[in-house]
Order: sequence, then C-alpha cells, then structure tokens
Amino acid sequence: MTIPGVDGFMYPNEVELQWGLLIVLYPYITGLVAGAFILASLERVFKVEAVRPTYRLALLTALAFLLVAPLPLQLHLGHPERSLEMYLTPHTSSAMAMFGFVYLWYLMVVLLAEIWLEYRADIVRMAQTSTGLRHTVYKALTLGSENVSPAARTIDDKVGFTITVIGIPSAFLLHGYVGFIFGSVKANPWWSTPLMPIVFLFSAMVSGIAAVLLLYVASMKLRRTPIDMPCLDTIARYLFYTFVIDFTLEMLDLVHRTYEADESFRSLDFMVHTRLMFSQVVVQIFLGTLLPLALLAATQLWRFTQARRRALYVTACSFTMVGIFAMRWNVVIGGQLFSKSFLGYTSYKVEFAAREGLLTAVALMILPLAILVVLVKLLPPWEERVISKSGS
Amino acid sequence: MDITRRDLFQIGGKLLVLASAGATLEQIVGAEAPSDAYKMAGHWWGMIIDIDKCIGCGNCVRGCSRENDVPKGYYRTWVERYQVEERKQPVVDSPDGAMNGFPPLKREDIKAFFVPKLCNHCAESPCVQVCPVGATFVSPDGVVLVDREYCLGCRYCVQACPYGCRYLHPETRTVDKCTLCYHRITRGLTTACCENCPTGARQLVDFKNPQDPVHEFLRKNKVEVLKPYMATRAKVYYKNLDGSVR
Repeated sequence: MTIPGVDGFMYPNEVELQWGLLIVLYPYITGLVAGAFILASLERVFKVEAVRPTYRLALLTALAFLLVAPLPLQLHLGHPERSLEMYLTPHTSSAMAMFGFVYLWYLMVVLLAEIWLEYRADIVRMAQTSTGLRHTVYKALTLGSENVSPAARTIDDKVGFTITVIGIPSAFLLHGYVGFIFGSVKANPWWSTPLMPIVFLFSAMVSGIAAVLLLYVASMKLRRTPIDMPCLDTIARYLFYTFVIDFTLEMLDLVHRTYEADESFRSLDFMVHTRLMFSQVVVQIFLGTLLPLALLAATQLWRFTQARRRALYVTACSFTMVGIFAMRWNVVIGGQLFSKSFLGYTSYKVEFAAREGLLTAVALMILPLAILVVLVKLLPPWEERVISKSGS
Repeated sequence: MDITRRDLFQIGGKLLVLASAGATLEQIVGAEAPSDAYKMAGHWWGMIIDIDKCIGCGNCVRGCSRENDVPKGYYRTWVERYQVEERKQPVVDSPDGAMNGFPPLKREDIKAFFVPKLCNHCAESPCVQVCPVGATFVSPDGVVLVDREYCLGCRYCVQACPYGCRYLHPETRTVDKCTLCYHRITRGLTTACCENCPTGARQLVDFKNPQDPVHEFLRKNKVEVLKPYMATRAKVYYKNLDGSVR
C-alpha cells in the first residue's frame, strides 16, 4: 500500500510536515533584520562614511521587519493565545523559549533605543514645527526630552555609539540564535551541525545588505533623486565579501558532510538530487549564489559605466534575495522531507488560501514594506535632512 | 460548631483548588487522576519488547486507538515490518501503522520480522528539553506526558523526537503522544497495548520494583534500545533487536 506523496518508508506520524511556509519566513525575516542592522553599524561603528546615505534607511528597515518577525510564528501555533506563556513561564532549557528574550532585548534595548537617539533632534524639531495630529505624535515621540543642545547631542552620540557596539553582537546573537534553534536538533542530521548558527548569520548579512541596497535604489527612483554611486559601490563590495564567506561556509558544510558520509548521508544525498534538486541546486546554488557572486565579482574586476553597475547590482541583489529565501526553504522544508529512519521521503505542497498558505506568506512579506513606508513618512531617513542637520 | 462566612470561603476555596488539580490531571492524561494509594516516587516505568514474539497482528495498535481515542491517521503506537536482504537497504512497511495487520509477504526467502514502536519515555528526552513552556515533562514515575492545557502547539518537540512518536492532534491543536496509558498504570492496570498483545511480546515494566521480571529479562537477554547513539536514555528495551532497525 502506498501513501500519496511518500516514497519508501516514513514513520507513520512523519508523513505530514509540521513546519511549513511560515516557518520558512521566520528565519528569512529575522535574517533581514540582522543583516540590515549590521550594514547600519558599518557606518556608525566602523566609520565607513560611504554608506552613510543608507544608515537610517537600514535602521528603519530592520525595525519594520523585526516588528513582523513574530507574526509567522504566531500564526503557526496551534494555540496562539498561549504564546505569552513563553515570557511568563519560560522553560529555560528550551532554545525557542530563550529566543523570545533575545528578540525583546534586540527590539527594546538595541533597535528602538538606537533609532530614537539617532532621530531625537529631528523629532524635537518636528514637534516644534508641526501642528495637529503630527504635533501630538512627534511630541509623544520626544518622550519628554526636548533638550537638543550641542552638549545633549554629544551625549546622544556617545550613548548611540555604545548601543551600536552592543547591537552588533546582539544582531549576531539574534540570527545566530535562529540557526541554533535548528542546529541543536540532534534528531535531525540535516539541521544538526554547529555550523548552522554561523551559516545563518552570514546568510542573514547577505540578505540584509542586498535588501537595503534594493530598497535604497527603489526609494531614490521613487523620489527621483540621484543615487549616490560611491555608496552603492561600497555596499556592493561589502555584499560581495560577505557572500564569499557565506558561500565558503556552506560549501564547507557540504564538503564535510560528503567526506564524513555518516549514516544519514545516502538519504540526504538522494534527497538533494531528487526532491531538493530545483530549490537547492538550481535556485539556491546556481541562481541565488553563483550568479550574483559572478555579477558582483565582475563589478570588482572590470570597469563598467554607472548605469551598468547599477543594473548589475540590482540584478545581483534580486537573485540574492531569492537565493537566501531558497536557502531558508531548503533548511526548514528539506529537513522534514526525509524520514528519520533514513528509508523514505515525503513531500510538501503549499496551500494557497490557508492560515499557513501562500497568501498569508505574501501578506507577511508585504506588511514590513508597508510598515517601512509609514516609518519613512514619520522619520524621514534621507540624506538632505542629514546635511541640513549638520549644516544647522 | 458555628461556621462563619470566612470559614465557608476558605473551605470553598480549598475545594476549588482540589477540584481544579483533579481536572488538570484528567486533562493531562485523558482520564481520572491516579488513585490515592498510588505513590509516584515508588515507580519508574518502561517497557520490554520481545521482537521474536511479535506476529504483527496489530491488536496493540487497535487497542491503543480505542483506549485513548487516537485520531485517525495518527499513532501513539504502531508496528513496522522489516524485510532484510543481504547487502541491500531493508524494506520497511507499516500500513496504517499496522492497524489492520500486514498483507502476506511476497517472498519467504528473506529475513522478516516485526518491530512494535511507541514513545520511548526517555529519561533524558529531547522533546522535554526543547518545549518552550515546559508543557512536555517527565513525571516523577518516568512517563513523558504533555499538558494539553499548556501546550502552544509549536511542534518543536515533534522535530526533536528522534523516533517519530509525536503528532499534532487535529482537534485539540496540541501535541499528542503515548502516555503509557498513565490513567491505567497508576491504577494497577497494564497498558492497553500490552493487554491486547496475544503473544506477550510487549510488557509494561517498573524498574523500581525489585520483584519486576524486567530485572531478570535484562540480566538474561541481549537487549538494545532504539538509536542508542541519540543518548536519550530510552526506557523501551528490545530483545534481539536487528541492526537494520531505525
């Protein structure tokens, strides 16, 4: 007797996948947060002045995606109304429970504090110059502190710097931890590797940097403002370096698994050559990694016109975003397609209009962009503001 | 004796607490609370399985399903049939978890045997470790249980179980699994699967009971647990477990 979608033998309770598309989105979204923040810290901590035009945009992007990050998890739970129990009565040995605190730490202590300090002078100015509802909103955002004297701003800068310094390991922790949630499941050889947190981290940086570059180019197009090419070149260069490290780590994992060839290898190898052939080999490795790496390498090796460089960067970043999504898919879904008996395979079909279906996933990816639009309206991140601020 | 209003509230409050404690246990194990005579600390439950005795009839699966109202398509226990040929991958089947037994073998010239499976009630259980709220726990008498009133339905435990013993109950939307018939064993009965096994292939054991036959069984036989390299300290011991079994 055969079960539809199953080849070989699965333990009877394994046929149905437990973690679907929404759990794929969860590491994808947190990765964008961590990556965007690390790009922002390049300017703040490492003084890479060329990326200054994207500093505020990167912070707002990180916040917009961070606010949405818990939603896929929430929608996935059998009992979402009980989710607060993770904070009220956490089980301290659980990686998942502790992630809740890492998330809160990152949101409250790092990101909100840094954004507030960065924008404080602007908020005070806008509170003083606006009227009506806008005035009320900005007044509330000042949190009662309207002192923007040079001395106060110096303190803001120092505190902001300290927060960013704390923020970098926190961003590493945020996404490294997501990797640990998967990497520490010893029952699953596809996940269980100490490399998982570090691979997640670098892929997060890759996706976050690519996302900010795309958002920056799109914003400039929408605003009909010239793109700062030194900024774009610098971001693309950092993306290239990070991507090389990320790809090296992933290949190290692959080589290690192939060379070690433990009990699970035959089963996993077969899965990669069959069920994951398209999503892993074609989309993740060729289209999502080698192609953007080749395009970025080309921009480093040869001289192109500005317009052509822009096109190459945008193409490379778009493929990168798809590739990193495919990577998350292959980790989460791939890890459940084979039996823990190593004797069979199941399959996964995404539903369309279901709680954990495609429509929900698309909405969850649009939502952070909508939040970003609101944030950008509320706290404009554009360069001319920075210039006028420094000019004043 | 005069009963004041304060006394009435106090007595009422105590009754309420006791009643809710009883209700919680009922919800946890799906039946009444253990009898008063039952002392949790005096037991450490497990199971021994004699593979050579299992005939693959599926009585255990049906018995468990009836006793615990297991939803269709999910299994608290199941039986696998292994067909092992020299230098080949074993062929394994378990149609509907062996709810209706197995179709006859097509070949007689290969090694074939049945392996009953259930939660291993591990002493160092990965499912307990990963539960974000502690809804999955090991009882003081060594049974891994899920608190239905507390489980979030995140299914991290399903991923962490190396043996495929857990599933999401389609109605309660919480994780469900073998309770080792906790409602029965705490009243001096054996599990439904053991009771329904016609050959005595499965036997509930109490490691803390010095009179339990498990001690002689472990002393006299070659036994193994499933996936020993997972180091979960599983408490379901198999006699004559073939190396091909996963």
